[in-house]
Amino acid sequence: MIAPTPITLTVNGETVAAQVEPRIHLTDFLRENLGLTGTHIGCEHGVCGACTVRLDGEIVRGCLVLAVQADGKSVETIEGLSDSGALDELQAAFRDRNALQCGYCTPAMLLTAHELLARNPTPDRATIREHLSGNYCRCTGYQAIIDAVEIAARARAGAKS
Amino acid sequence: MKAAAFNYARAASVDEAVQMLVRGGGGAKLLAGGQSLLPALNLRLMSLDLLVDITGIAALRGIRVEGGTLKIGAMTRHADLLTSPEIAAHAPLLAKAIAHVAHPAIRNRGTIGGNLAHADPASELPACMLALGATLVIQGPSGQRRVQAADFFLGLYQTALAPDEILIAIELPALASGERAFFHEYARRMGDYAIVGLAAQGKPAGDRIDALRLVYFGVGERAGSCPAAARILQQRHSPAILAEAQAALAADLQPQNDHQASAAMRLHLARTLLARCVNELLGRAEASA
Ligand SMILES: Cc1cc2nc3c(=O)[nH]c(=O)nc-3n(C[C@H](O)[C@H](O)[C@H](O)COP(=O)(O)OP(=O)(O)OC[C@H]3O[C@@H](n4cnc5c(N)ncnc54)[C@H](O)[C@@H]3O)c2cc1C
Ligand code: FES
Ligand code: FES
Repeated sequence: MIAPTPITLTVNGETVAAQVEPRIHLTDFLRENLGLTGTHIGCEHGVCGACTVRLDGEIVRGCLVLAVQADGKSVETIEGLSDSGALDELQAAFRDRNALQCGYCTPAMLLTAHELLARNPTPDRATIREHLSGNYCRCTGYQAIIDAVEIAARARAGAKS
Repeated sequence: MKAAAFNYARAASVDEAVQMLVRGGGGAKLLAGGQSLLPALNLRLMSLDLLVDITGIAALRGIRVEGGTLKIGAMTRHADLLTSPEIAAHAPLLAKAIAHVAHPAIRNRGTIGGNLAHADPASELPACMLALGATLVIQGPSGQRRVQAADFFLGLYQTALAPDEILIAIELPALASGERAFFHEYARRMGDYAIVGLAAQGKPAGDRIDALRLVYFGVGERAGSCPAAARILQQRHSPAILAEAQAALAADLQPQNDHQASAAMRLHLARTLLARCVNELLGRAEASA
Protein backbone atom coordinates (compact mmCIF):
# COMPACT_ATOMS: atom_id res chain seq x y z
CA MET A 1 0.00 0.00 0.00
CA ILE A 2 1.34 3.42 -0.91
CA ALA A 3 0.77 6.09 1.72
CA PRO A 4 -1.39 9.06 0.73
CA THR A 5 0.44 12.37 0.29
CA PRO A 6 -0.81 15.58 1.95
CA ILE A 7 -1.70 18.40 -0.45
CA THR A 8 -3.03 21.93 -0.02
CA LEU A 9 -4.46 23.85 -2.96
CA THR A 10 -7.14 26.40 -3.74
CA VAL A 11 -10.18 25.23 -5.65
CA ASN A 12 -12.45 27.98 -6.96
CA GLY A 13 -10.88 30.36 -4.48
CA GLU A 14 -11.26 28.17 -1.38
CA THR A 15 -8.34 26.48 0.35
CA VAL A 16 -8.58 22.70 0.37
CA ALA A 17 -6.30 20.35 2.32
CA ALA A 18 -6.44 16.61 1.61
CA GLN A 19 -4.53 13.33 1.57
CA VAL A 20 -4.32 11.70 -1.86
CA GLU A 21 -2.72 8.66 -3.37
CA PRO A 22 -0.15 9.74 -5.99
CA ARG A 23 -1.92 7.79 -8.74
CA ILE A 24 -5.17 9.81 -8.43
CA HIS A 25 -5.55 12.34 -11.22
CA LEU A 26 -6.87 15.85 -10.66
CA THR A 27 -10.30 15.26 -12.23
CA ASP A 28 -10.96 12.20 -10.05
CA PHE A 29 -9.88 14.21 -7.01
CA LEU A 30 -12.27 17.06 -7.88
CA ARG A 31 -15.16 14.70 -8.57
CA GLU A 32 -14.68 12.04 -5.89
CA ASN A 33 -13.13 13.96 -3.00
CA LEU A 34 -14.74 17.37 -3.50
CA GLY A 35 -17.98 16.42 -5.23
CA LEU A 36 -17.33 18.85 -8.09
CA THR A 37 -18.89 16.72 -10.80
CA GLY A 38 -19.14 19.46 -13.43
CA THR A 39 -15.73 18.36 -14.73
CA HIS A 40 -16.33 15.21 -16.75
CA ILE A 41 -14.30 12.16 -17.66
CA GLY A 42 -14.35 10.55 -21.09
CA CYS A 43 -11.22 8.73 -22.11
CA GLU A 44 -8.65 9.29 -19.36
CA HIS A 45 -5.84 9.40 -21.86
CA GLY A 46 -5.90 12.95 -23.11
CA VAL A 47 -7.94 12.58 -26.29
CA CYS A 48 -11.46 13.84 -25.56
CA GLY A 49 -10.91 17.00 -23.50
CA ALA A 50 -14.00 16.47 -21.30
CA CYS A 51 -11.85 16.75 -18.16
CA THR A 52 -10.58 20.29 -18.86
CA VAL A 53 -9.94 22.50 -15.80
CA ARG A 54 -7.82 25.60 -15.17
CA LEU A 55 -4.57 25.19 -13.27
CA ASP A 56 -2.93 28.46 -12.25
CA GLY A 57 -5.06 30.19 -14.88
CA GLU A 58 -4.30 27.88 -17.82
CA ILE A 59 -6.47 25.11 -19.22
CA VAL A 60 -5.13 21.57 -18.75
CA ARG A 61 -6.36 18.00 -19.11
CA GLY A 62 -7.43 17.09 -15.58
CA CYS A 63 -6.86 13.40 -16.38
CA LEU A 64 -3.22 14.13 -17.29
CA VAL A 65 -2.29 16.03 -14.13
CA LEU A 66 -1.86 14.20 -10.84
CA ALA A 67 -3.72 15.62 -7.85
CA VAL A 68 -0.37 15.72 -5.99
CA GLN A 69 0.94 18.01 -8.74
CA ALA A 70 -1.75 20.57 -7.89
CA ASP A 71 -0.23 21.02 -4.41
CA GLY A 72 0.25 24.76 -3.79
CA LYS A 73 -1.59 25.66 -6.97
CA SER A 74 -4.91 27.23 -7.86
CA VAL A 75 -7.57 25.16 -9.63
CA GLU A 76 -10.73 26.53 -11.22
CA THR A 77 -13.57 24.38 -12.46
CA ILE A 78 -16.78 25.00 -14.36
CA GLU A 79 -18.57 25.46 -11.02
CA GLY A 80 -16.31 28.34 -9.95
CA LEU A 81 -16.12 30.04 -13.33
CA SER A 82 -19.85 29.75 -13.85
CA ASP A 83 -20.65 31.26 -10.43
CA SER A 84 -18.23 34.14 -11.03
CA GLY A 85 -20.10 35.26 -14.16
CA ALA A 86 -16.97 34.88 -16.29
CA LEU A 87 -18.85 32.62 -18.69
CA ASP A 88 -22.12 34.60 -18.95
CA GLU A 89 -21.89 35.55 -22.64
CA LEU A 90 -20.62 32.14 -23.65
CA GLN A 91 -23.34 30.33 -21.73
CA ALA A 92 -26.06 32.56 -23.20
CA ALA A 93 -24.72 32.02 -26.72
CA PHE A 94 -24.49 28.24 -26.22
CA ARG A 95 -28.15 28.22 -25.13
CA ASP A 96 -29.30 30.47 -27.98
CA ARG A 97 -27.44 28.49 -30.65
CA ASN A 98 -28.33 25.03 -29.29
CA ALA A 99 -24.61 24.44 -28.95
CA LEU A 100 -25.25 21.58 -26.55
CA GLN A 101 -27.39 18.49 -26.62
CA CYS A 102 -26.38 15.96 -23.96
CA GLY A 103 -24.07 18.56 -22.41
CA TYR A 104 -21.29 16.13 -21.65
CA CYS A 105 -18.64 18.14 -23.50
CA THR A 106 -20.05 21.55 -22.57
CA PRO A 107 -18.15 22.48 -19.39
CA ALA A 108 -14.84 21.79 -21.14
CA MET A 109 -15.94 23.60 -24.31
CA LEU A 110 -16.82 26.66 -22.22
CA LEU A 111 -13.47 26.67 -20.40
CA THR A 112 -11.53 26.22 -23.62
CA ALA A 113 -13.50 28.92 -25.46
CA HIS A 114 -13.10 31.22 -22.45
CA GLU A 115 -9.31 30.88 -22.67
CA LEU A 116 -9.38 31.64 -26.38
CA LEU A 117 -11.44 34.81 -25.93
CA ALA A 118 -9.17 35.98 -23.12
CA ARG A 119 -6.22 35.83 -25.50
CA ASN A 120 -7.92 36.78 -28.72
CA PRO A 121 -11.20 38.70 -28.27
CA THR A 122 -12.14 38.55 -31.96
CA PRO A 123 -11.08 35.16 -33.33
CA ASP A 124 -12.17 34.04 -36.81
CA ARG A 125 -13.89 30.68 -37.30
CA ALA A 126 -10.68 28.89 -38.26
CA THR A 127 -9.01 30.08 -35.06
CA ILE A 128 -12.00 28.97 -32.98
CA ARG A 129 -11.92 25.54 -34.61
CA GLU A 130 -8.22 25.24 -33.99
CA HIS A 131 -8.47 26.20 -30.34
CA LEU A 132 -11.34 23.77 -29.74
CA SER A 133 -9.67 21.01 -31.77
CA GLY A 134 -8.81 19.02 -28.64
CA ASN A 135 -12.41 18.81 -27.41
CA TYR A 136 -14.71 16.10 -28.68
CA CYS A 137 -18.46 16.63 -29.02
CA ARG A 138 -20.42 13.53 -29.98
CA CYS A 139 -23.76 15.33 -30.43
CA THR A 140 -23.76 18.73 -32.05
CA GLY A 141 -21.52 18.40 -35.08
CA TYR A 142 -19.53 21.41 -33.83
CA GLN A 143 -21.05 24.06 -36.15
CA ALA A 144 -23.35 25.41 -33.47
CA ILE A 145 -20.49 25.51 -30.99
CA ILE A 146 -18.34 27.55 -33.36
CA ASP A 147 -21.35 29.85 -33.98
CA ALA A 148 -21.85 30.31 -30.24
CA VAL A 149 -18.22 31.22 -29.58
CA GLU A 150 -18.32 33.71 -32.45
CA ILE A 151 -21.54 35.27 -31.10
CA ALA A 152 -20.16 35.46 -27.55
CA ALA A 153 -17.04 37.17 -28.84
CA ARG A 154 -19.17 39.76 -30.63
CA ALA A 155 -21.38 40.23 -27.57
CA ARG A 156 -18.32 40.93 -25.43
CA ALA A 157 -16.85 43.31 -28.00
CA GLY A 158 -20.21 45.14 -28.21
CA ALA A 159 -20.50 45.40 -24.43
CA LYS A 160 -17.09 47.04 -24.23
CA SER A 161 -17.60 49.65 -26.96
CA MET B 1 -8.92 3.35 -16.83
CA LYS B 2 -7.03 4.19 -13.66
CA ALA B 3 -3.29 3.99 -13.13
CA ALA B 4 -1.88 1.31 -10.84
CA ALA B 5 -0.28 2.55 -7.61
CA PHE B 6 3.14 4.22 -7.64
CA ASN B 7 5.27 6.35 -5.36
CA TYR B 8 5.87 10.00 -6.13
CA ALA B 9 8.80 12.27 -5.32
CA ARG B 10 9.69 15.84 -6.32
CA ALA B 11 13.27 16.51 -7.35
CA ALA B 12 14.62 19.97 -6.50
CA SER B 13 17.64 19.74 -8.80
CA VAL B 14 18.95 17.71 -11.73
CA ASP B 15 21.53 16.07 -9.42
CA GLU B 16 18.80 14.99 -7.04
CA ALA B 17 16.68 13.64 -9.88
CA VAL B 18 19.63 11.59 -11.20
CA GLN B 19 20.22 10.16 -7.70
CA MET B 20 16.55 9.19 -7.45
CA LEU B 21 16.73 7.45 -10.84
CA VAL B 22 19.90 5.59 -9.84
CA ARG B 23 18.38 4.45 -6.53
CA GLY B 24 15.12 3.50 -8.23
CA GLY B 25 16.84 1.16 -10.67
CA GLY B 26 14.65 0.39 -13.67
CA GLY B 27 11.45 1.04 -11.65
CA ALA B 28 11.77 4.85 -11.56
CA LYS B 29 10.80 7.26 -14.32
CA LEU B 30 10.85 11.00 -14.80
CA LEU B 31 7.59 12.94 -14.90
CA ALA B 32 7.86 16.01 -17.14
CA GLY B 33 4.62 17.30 -18.67
CA GLY B 34 3.00 13.91 -18.17
CA GLN B 35 1.19 14.21 -21.51
CA SER B 36 2.58 10.92 -22.83
CA LEU B 37 3.49 9.19 -19.57
CA LEU B 38 0.17 9.65 -17.74
CA PRO B 39 -1.92 8.31 -20.65
CA ALA B 40 0.32 5.21 -20.67
CA LEU B 41 -0.07 4.80 -16.89
CA ASN B 42 -3.84 5.39 -16.99
CA LEU B 43 -4.19 2.78 -19.74
CA ARG B 44 -1.93 0.43 -17.75
CA LEU B 45 0.33 0.06 -20.74
CA MET B 46 3.06 0.44 -18.16
CA SER B 47 3.53 0.49 -14.42
CA LEU B 48 6.37 1.72 -12.25
CA ASP B 49 7.54 2.00 -8.63
CA LEU B 50 8.45 5.68 -8.51
CA LEU B 51 7.64 8.82 -10.46
CA VAL B 52 10.31 11.51 -10.16
CA ASP B 53 8.60 14.87 -10.78
CA ILE B 54 11.05 17.32 -12.38
CA THR B 55 8.53 20.08 -13.10
CA GLY B 56 9.83 22.13 -10.15
CA ILE B 57 13.41 22.43 -11.46
CA ALA B 58 13.46 26.03 -12.69
CA ALA B 59 16.96 25.65 -14.21
CA LEU B 60 15.50 23.30 -16.84
CA ARG B 61 13.15 25.94 -18.25
CA GLY B 62 13.76 28.78 -20.64
CA ILE B 63 15.04 29.83 -24.04
CA ARG B 64 18.29 31.75 -24.54
CA VAL B 65 20.29 32.89 -27.55
CA GLU B 66 24.08 32.69 -27.12
CA GLY B 67 26.17 33.66 -30.10
CA GLY B 68 24.71 31.74 -33.00
CA THR B 69 23.08 29.09 -30.78
CA LEU B 70 19.58 28.76 -29.35
CA LYS B 71 19.57 27.00 -25.98
CA ILE B 72 16.26 25.51 -24.89
CA GLY B 73 15.81 23.99 -21.43
CA ALA B 74 14.30 20.50 -21.57
CA MET B 75 11.34 21.50 -19.39
CA THR B 76 10.33 24.37 -21.67
CA ARG B 77 6.69 23.75 -22.54
CA HIS B 78 5.20 23.54 -26.03
CA ALA B 79 3.09 26.63 -25.16
CA ASP B 80 6.28 28.59 -24.36
CA LEU B 81 7.90 27.60 -27.66
CA LEU B 82 4.76 28.65 -29.53
CA THR B 83 4.88 32.22 -28.19
CA SER B 84 8.66 32.70 -28.00
CA PRO B 85 10.04 35.57 -30.13
CA GLU B 86 13.49 33.88 -30.03
CA ILE B 87 12.11 30.67 -31.54
CA ALA B 88 10.15 32.61 -34.18
CA ALA B 89 13.24 34.59 -35.19
CA HIS B 90 15.97 31.94 -34.98
CA ALA B 91 14.19 28.60 -35.46
CA PRO B 92 11.16 29.31 -37.68
CA LEU B 93 10.94 25.60 -38.53
CA LEU B 94 10.28 24.79 -34.86
CA ALA B 95 7.84 27.71 -34.59
CA LYS B 96 5.83 26.35 -37.51
CA ALA B 97 5.96 22.77 -36.22
CA ILE B 98 4.92 23.44 -32.64
CA ALA B 99 1.49 24.76 -33.70
CA HIS B 100 0.77 21.22 -34.94
CA VAL B 101 1.79 19.50 -31.69
CA ALA B 102 -1.38 18.41 -29.89
CA HIS B 103 -4.01 20.86 -28.58
CA PRO B 104 -3.84 23.99 -26.39
CA ALA B 105 -4.51 22.24 -23.06
CA ILE B 106 -1.84 19.63 -23.82
CA ARG B 107 0.64 22.26 -25.00
CA ASN B 108 0.21 24.01 -21.63
CA ARG B 109 1.80 20.96 -19.92
CA GLY B 110 3.87 19.03 -22.50
CA THR B 111 7.60 19.78 -22.70
CA ILE B 112 10.14 19.61 -25.50
CA GLY B 113 12.41 17.35 -23.42
CA GLY B 114 9.61 14.91 -22.63
CA ASN B 115 8.57 14.87 -26.26
CA LEU B 116 12.09 14.08 -27.52
CA ALA B 117 12.70 11.48 -24.78
CA HIS B 118 9.42 9.82 -25.73
CA ALA B 119 10.60 9.62 -29.39
CA ASP B 120 7.26 9.01 -31.04
CA PRO B 121 7.92 8.46 -34.76
CA ALA B 122 4.79 10.45 -35.66
CA SER B 123 5.87 13.47 -33.60
CA GLU B 124 6.88 16.70 -35.31
CA LEU B 125 9.70 17.53 -32.91
CA PRO B 126 12.29 14.75 -33.44
CA ALA B 127 12.08 15.48 -37.18
CA CYS B 128 12.74 19.18 -36.51
CA MET B 129 15.75 18.28 -34.36
CA LEU B 130 17.24 16.26 -37.23
CA ALA B 131 16.45 18.95 -39.82
CA LEU B 132 18.01 21.64 -37.61
CA GLY B 133 21.09 19.63 -36.64
CA ALA B 134 20.32 19.84 -32.91
CA THR B 135 22.67 18.83 -30.10
CA LEU B 136 21.07 17.19 -27.07
CA VAL B 137 22.66 17.81 -23.66
CA ILE B 138 22.29 14.89 -21.28
CA GLN B 139 23.17 14.52 -17.61
CA GLY B 140 23.70 11.21 -15.78
CA PRO B 141 25.52 9.76 -12.79
CA SER B 142 28.91 10.27 -14.46
CA GLY B 143 28.35 13.86 -15.60
CA GLN B 144 27.19 15.52 -18.80
CA ARG B 145 27.46 14.38 -22.40
CA ARG B 146 26.34 15.83 -25.70
CA VAL B 147 24.70 13.80 -28.43
CA GLN B 148 23.85 14.83 -32.00
CA ALA B 149 20.20 14.42 -32.94
CA ALA B 150 21.23 11.94 -35.65
CA ASP B 151 22.67 9.66 -32.91
CA PHE B 152 19.87 10.23 -30.37
CA PHE B 153 16.77 8.77 -32.04
CA LEU B 154 17.36 5.03 -32.34
CA GLY B 155 13.93 3.60 -33.19
CA LEU B 156 10.31 3.29 -32.12
CA TYR B 157 10.22 5.09 -28.70
CA GLN B 158 13.97 4.34 -28.44
CA THR B 159 16.64 6.95 -27.72
CA ALA B 160 20.27 7.07 -26.64
CA LEU B 161 19.16 7.98 -23.07
CA ALA B 162 20.07 5.46 -20.35
CA PRO B 163 17.40 4.86 -17.66
CA ASP B 164 19.35 7.01 -15.17
CA GLU B 165 20.01 9.90 -17.57
CA ILE B 166 18.11 13.16 -18.00
CA LEU B 167 17.86 15.25 -21.13
CA ILE B 168 18.57 18.72 -19.78
CA ALA B 169 18.80 21.01 -22.82
CA ILE B 170 18.60 21.25 -26.58
CA GLU B 171 20.98 23.41 -28.62
CA LEU B 172 20.06 24.56 -32.11
CA PRO B 173 22.14 26.52 -34.59
CA ALA B 174 20.24 29.75 -35.27
CA LEU B 175 18.85 30.21 -38.78
CA ALA B 176 21.69 31.39 -41.04
CA SER B 177 21.19 34.14 -43.59
CA GLY B 178 19.68 32.75 -46.79
CA GLU B 179 18.27 29.67 -45.06
CA ARG B 180 14.56 28.92 -45.31
CA ALA B 181 12.31 26.49 -43.46
CA PHE B 182 9.42 24.40 -44.76
CA PHE B 183 6.95 22.52 -42.58
CA HIS B 184 3.74 20.75 -43.49
CA GLU B 185 1.85 17.70 -42.32
CA TYR B 186 -1.24 15.69 -43.14
CA ALA B 187 -3.33 14.76 -40.08
CA ARG B 188 -6.98 13.78 -39.55
CA ARG B 189 -7.63 16.89 -37.47
CA MET B 190 -5.52 19.82 -36.31
CA GLY B 191 -3.33 18.71 -33.43
CA ASP B 192 -3.49 14.98 -34.07
CA TYR B 193 -0.34 13.02 -34.69
CA ALA B 194 0.55 13.25 -38.37
CA ILE B 195 -0.11 10.54 -40.96
CA VAL B 196 2.85 11.96 -42.87
CA GLY B 197 4.75 15.21 -42.37
CA LEU B 198 7.88 16.92 -43.63
CA ALA B 199 10.29 19.23 -41.80
CA ALA B 200 12.89 20.76 -44.09
CA GLN B 201 15.45 23.51 -44.13
CA GLY B 202 17.85 24.61 -46.86
CA LYS B 203 19.45 27.48 -48.74
CA PRO B 204 17.68 28.33 -51.98
CA ALA B 205 20.26 29.56 -54.50
CA GLY B 206 18.61 30.62 -57.74
CA ASP B 207 17.12 27.42 -59.16
CA ARG B 208 18.83 25.06 -56.73
CA ILE B 209 18.54 24.29 -53.03
CA ASP B 210 21.83 23.93 -51.17
CA ALA B 211 22.43 22.32 -47.78
CA LEU B 212 18.93 20.87 -47.84
CA ARG B 213 17.81 18.68 -44.95
CA LEU B 214 14.60 16.73 -45.56
CA VAL B 215 13.16 14.85 -42.59
CA TYR B 216 9.85 12.98 -42.69
CA PHE B 217 7.79 11.95 -39.66
CA GLY B 218 4.90 9.51 -39.36
CA VAL B 219 6.74 7.34 -41.87
CA GLY B 220 8.60 4.34 -40.45
CA GLU B 221 9.83 3.63 -36.92
CA ARG B 222 11.60 6.96 -36.42
CA ALA B 223 11.94 10.36 -38.08
CA GLY B 224 13.53 9.69 -41.46
CA SER B 225 16.19 11.82 -43.15
CA CYS B 226 16.28 11.68 -46.94
CA PRO B 227 19.84 12.49 -48.03
CA ALA B 228 19.46 10.93 -51.49
CA ALA B 229 16.52 13.15 -52.46
CA ALA B 230 18.23 16.21 -50.95
CA ARG B 231 21.36 15.57 -53.04
CA ILE B 232 19.33 15.41 -56.24
CA LEU B 233 17.67 18.74 -55.42
CA GLN B 234 21.08 20.46 -55.37
CA GLN B 235 20.83 20.38 -59.17
CA ARG B 236 19.00 23.09 -61.14
CA HIS B 237 15.27 22.76 -60.69
CA SER B 238 13.24 21.11 -63.44
CA PRO B 239 10.22 18.80 -63.45
CA ALA B 240 12.59 15.91 -64.22
CA ILE B 241 14.82 16.68 -61.22
CA LEU B 242 11.80 16.91 -58.93
CA ALA B 243 10.50 13.57 -60.26
CA GLU B 244 13.91 12.01 -59.71
CA ALA B 245 14.02 13.28 -56.13
CA GLN B 246 10.46 12.04 -55.52
CA ALA B 247 11.43 8.60 -56.82
CA ALA B 248 14.50 8.56 -54.56
CA LEU B 249 12.27 8.84 -51.47
CA ALA B 250 11.49 5.15 -51.86
CA ALA B 251 15.11 4.32 -51.01
CA ASP B 252 15.28 6.60 -47.95
CA LEU B 253 11.88 5.90 -46.35
CA GLN B 254 10.36 2.73 -44.88
CA PRO B 255 6.63 3.57 -44.77
CA GLN B 256 4.42 1.33 -42.65
CA ASN B 257 0.86 0.07 -43.08
CA ASP B 258 -1.48 0.90 -40.22
CA HIS B 259 -5.08 1.90 -39.45
CA GLN B 260 -4.43 5.46 -40.65
CA ALA B 261 -2.89 4.79 -44.06
CA SER B 262 -1.26 2.18 -46.26
CA ALA B 263 2.47 2.24 -46.98
CA ALA B 264 1.72 3.17 -50.61
CA MET B 265 -0.47 6.08 -49.55
CA ARG B 266 2.24 7.30 -47.17
CA LEU B 267 4.85 7.26 -49.92
CA HIS B 268 2.46 9.09 -52.24
CA LEU B 269 1.83 11.77 -49.61
CA ALA B 270 5.56 12.05 -48.94
CA ARG B 271 6.12 12.76 -52.65
CA THR B 272 3.35 15.36 -52.69
CA LEU B 273 4.94 17.05 -49.68
CA LEU B 274 8.30 17.12 -51.45
CA ALA B 275 6.82 19.00 -54.40
CA ARG B 276 5.20 21.51 -52.02
CA CYS B 277 8.48 21.92 -50.19
CA VAL B 278 10.55 22.54 -53.32
CA ASN B 279 8.03 25.02 -54.69
CA GLU B 280 7.83 26.91 -51.43
CA LEU B 281 11.60 27.04 -50.86
CA LEU B 282 12.20 28.20 -54.43
CA GLY B 283 9.33 30.70 -54.20
CA ARG B 284 7.41 29.09 -57.05
CA ALA B 285 3.65 28.97 -57.49
CA GLU B 286 1.97 25.97 -55.84
CA ALA B 287 0.25 25.04 -59.12
CA SER B 288 3.50 24.09 -60.83
CA ALA B 289 3.80 21.07 -58.51
C1 LIG C 1 -4.26 13.68 -27.24
C2 LIG C 1 -2.79 13.93 -27.41
C3 LIG C 1 -2.33 14.34 -28.65
C4 LIG C 1 -0.98 14.56 -28.85
N1 LIG C 1 -0.57 14.96 -30.09
C5 LIG C 1 0.74 15.14 -30.31
C6 LIG C 1 1.20 15.54 -31.59
O1 LIG C 1 0.42 15.76 -32.53
N2 LIG C 1 2.53 15.67 -31.77
C7 LIG C 1 3.43 15.45 -30.76
O2 LIG C 1 4.62 15.59 -30.97
N3 LIG C 1 3.02 15.11 -29.54
C8 LIG C 1 1.71 14.94 -29.28
N4 LIG C 1 1.31 14.57 -28.03
C9 LIG C 1 2.34 14.30 -26.98
C10 LIG C 1 2.82 15.57 -26.31
O3 LIG C 1 3.61 16.35 -27.20
C11 LIG C 1 3.67 15.26 -25.08
O4 LIG C 1 3.78 16.45 -24.37
C12 LIG C 1 5.07 14.75 -25.29
O5 LIG C 1 5.15 13.68 -26.14
C13 LIG C 1 5.69 14.27 -23.98
O6 LIG C 1 6.17 15.35 -23.25
P1 LIG C 1 5.86 15.48 -21.71
O7 LIG C 1 6.66 16.64 -21.23
O8 LIG C 1 4.44 15.50 -21.48
O9 LIG C 1 6.59 14.15 -21.15
P2 LIG C 1 6.09 13.00 -20.16
O10 LIG C 1 4.82 12.43 -20.59
O11 LIG C 1 6.19 13.50 -18.77
O12 LIG C 1 7.28 11.96 -20.39
C14 LIG C 1 7.39 11.18 -21.57
C15 LIG C 1 8.56 10.21 -21.41
O13 LIG C 1 9.82 10.88 -21.44
C16 LIG C 1 10.53 10.71 -20.22
N5 LIG C 1 11.12 12.03 -19.93
C17 LIG C 1 10.43 13.18 -19.77
N6 LIG C 1 11.28 14.22 -19.62
C18 LIG C 1 12.53 13.71 -19.72
C19 LIG C 1 13.83 14.29 -19.67
N7 LIG C 1 14.02 15.61 -19.50
N8 LIG C 1 14.90 13.46 -19.78
C20 LIG C 1 14.72 12.13 -19.97
N9 LIG C 1 13.52 11.52 -20.03
C21 LIG C 1 12.43 12.31 -19.91
C22 LIG C 1 9.50 10.25 -19.22
O14 LIG C 1 10.08 9.48 -18.20
C23 LIG C 1 8.55 9.45 -20.09
O15 LIG C 1 9.08 8.17 -20.32
C24 LIG C 1 -0.04 14.35 -27.78
C25 LIG C 1 -0.50 13.97 -26.52
C26 LIG C 1 -1.86 13.74 -26.33
C27 LIG C 1 -2.33 13.30 -24.97
S1 FES D 1 -10.87 12.34 -19.91
FE1 FES D 1 -9.17 13.66 -20.03
S2 FES D 1 -8.98 13.96 -22.14
FE2 FES D 1 -10.56 12.47 -22.07
S1 FES E 1 -23.34 17.97 -26.44
FE1 FES E 1 -23.18 15.83 -26.21
S2 FES E 1 -21.05 15.54 -26.41
FE2 FES E 1 -21.26 17.61 -26.93
